[in-house]
Amino acid sequence: MMEHKSSNKKSGDTKDSPVVIRNLSVTYRTEPALWNIDLDFPEGKMIAIVGPNGAGKSTLIKAVMGLVPITAGKVSVYGKPYSKNRDKVAYVPQRGSVDWDFPTDALDVVEMGLYGKLGWFRRPNSKTRGLARECLDKVGLSGYADRQIGQLSGGQQQRVFVARALAQDAQIYLMDEPLNGVDATTEETILRILENLRKQGKTIVMVHHDLRTVDRYFDWVVMINRNLIAAGPIKEIFTKANLDRAYQEKPRMSIQ
Amino acid sequence: MIEEILPVFLGLFTDYTLRYVALGSAILGITSGALGCFTVLRRQSLFGDALAHAALPGIGFAYLFAGTKSSLLLVLGAAIFAWFAGIITLAITSTTRIKQDAALGITLSVFFGLGIVLLTFLQSIGGASQGGLDRFLFGQAAALIESDVINLGILAVMCLTVLVVFYKEFKITTFDSSFGQSLGFPIKYLNALLTSVIVVAVVIGLHTVGVVLMVSMLIAPAAAAKQWTLNLKSMMVLSAIFGGLSGIVGSMISSTAEGMSTGPVIVITITAILGISLLFSPKQGYLFKYLRNQRKTQRPLDAIKTFSDTEKENHGNLQ
Repeated sequence: MMEHKSSNKKSGDTKDSPVVIRNLSVTYRTEPALWNIDLDFPEGKMIAIVGPNGAGKSTLIKAVMGLVPITAGKVSVYGKPYSKNRDKVAYVPQRGSVDWDFPTDALDVVEMGLYGKLGWFRRPNSKTRGLARECLDKVGLSGYADRQIGQLSGGQQQRVFVARALAQDAQIYLMDEPLNGVDATTEETILRILENLRKQGKTIVMVHHDLRTVDRYFDWVVMINRNLIAAGPIKEIFTKANLDRAYQEKPRMSIQ
Repeated sequence: MIEEILPVFLGLFTDYTLRYVALGSAILGITSGALGCFTVLRRQSLFGDALAHAALPGIGFAYLFAGTKSSLLLVLGAAIFAWFAGIITLAITSTTRIKQDAALGITLSVFFGLGIVLLTFLQSIGGASQGGLDRFLFGQAAALIESDVINLGILAVMCLTVLVVFYKEFKITTFDSSFGQSLGFPIKYLNALLTSVIVVAVVIGLHTVGVVLMVSMLIAPAAAAKQWTLNLKSMMVLSAIFGGLSGIVGSMISSTAEGMSTGPVIVITITAILGISLLFSPKQGYLFKYLRNQRKTQRPLDAIKTFSDTEKENHGNLQ
């Protein structure tokens, strides 16, 4: 604990970074998805991961949590393997990755964020219900607690996922395209929530697809295309030259 | 009508054979109904089918090597082979480029083929025909006796206990497996556990509906229950009720005519329940969906008004 406090101030100390990635390679069968990535996520920043389709953006955040088999390299979360620091990480998977026809309601999905803390055999109870309700309230869906998840709009479903991550009450939030295809209300709500989290010193890492909003929403950017192209503060890194390298061709949209 | 049904119903309490047939079938229906919810929600119907078919050679081998018709040994052989088939399927999908449906097709047909070869071989050398190993093909609930029913009951209680104890874990890994994994729930072990209890359910089903029709006992009750509820717990309870009910009703119907096999009648009963559910369930049934759509097209103005109302609601919630 002490080490944590003291090294918080000097940012160069890698031991204390929320996420440290060293020589990470991930291969699906024979196809490399990520190649030799070296990366430190700084604490308390809004970090975007951008890159073309199939660049390994989702794979990168999955690799942090050990959800994909790592071929080579190492990942640590606050200086420890992920398995020792699970409770410091919250995860928002892609909305399309689950079956929204599943027989459950919004509150129940949010409550799943607390299953990790409950551990084996302990059942959800009135306390977890209450916490889940609070989180659902934060994303503006308190009136939808017992709505079947399939009856929610896409944006509302995404907010349910964000509420579930809030229920995890973590230090690092790994999010896979939470702003993809959502309505304006949802986008505003999610951004406001993340801004609050950042103010509390939490680290947010988001796979993001909309290049036009990167400089407005984020402090930091990671550009990948299987290899790491560049990573750092938006002002230095989010340049046309880097984007060209990441996308291998001129991006169609102009960057102001 | 009543005069015809009543004696059959009373038979449940007075007729020794019918009582145990109905009880055994109900035990199967309840177990497979509850477990089948996960099979359906995980889209693993074909997996359940493959496990059931793969049990057949296990029975053949158990008889061949042990030379006994002791139901415990046969059941053990069946369980081992069903398990083995499950593992082979997983191995094929994870190590080759063959997709799961093709892998299941391979294991299902190879194991079932092997089972048929064994059974016919055993018949040709004699002995097996009288023992009627082929009764495991379509089941022979009528042959159930008290000790069988007690054994099946114990297996069923084991399955349901696992289901209750690991309910939360099965739910999260079924709904969102990568999220469940990120929380630290070992998806591989949980999948293996769930497969094991499904194998046990298949083994229970061997006696009553047999390997060929077993899959419908996993799928139909769950699919029917899903029509009536939007909550996993009530879906499982309802599915178990549908399964158990079809077991009892099926046994009763088949007892009315000489030589009518119980297993297929049970399967037809549960399919009828499924049909009714698909058509008439209030929220998701085709009939009410059709009627609602009719109403919508008739009053477009109302529909627009509702839309703006929900807009207001949304904004209200954000404050």
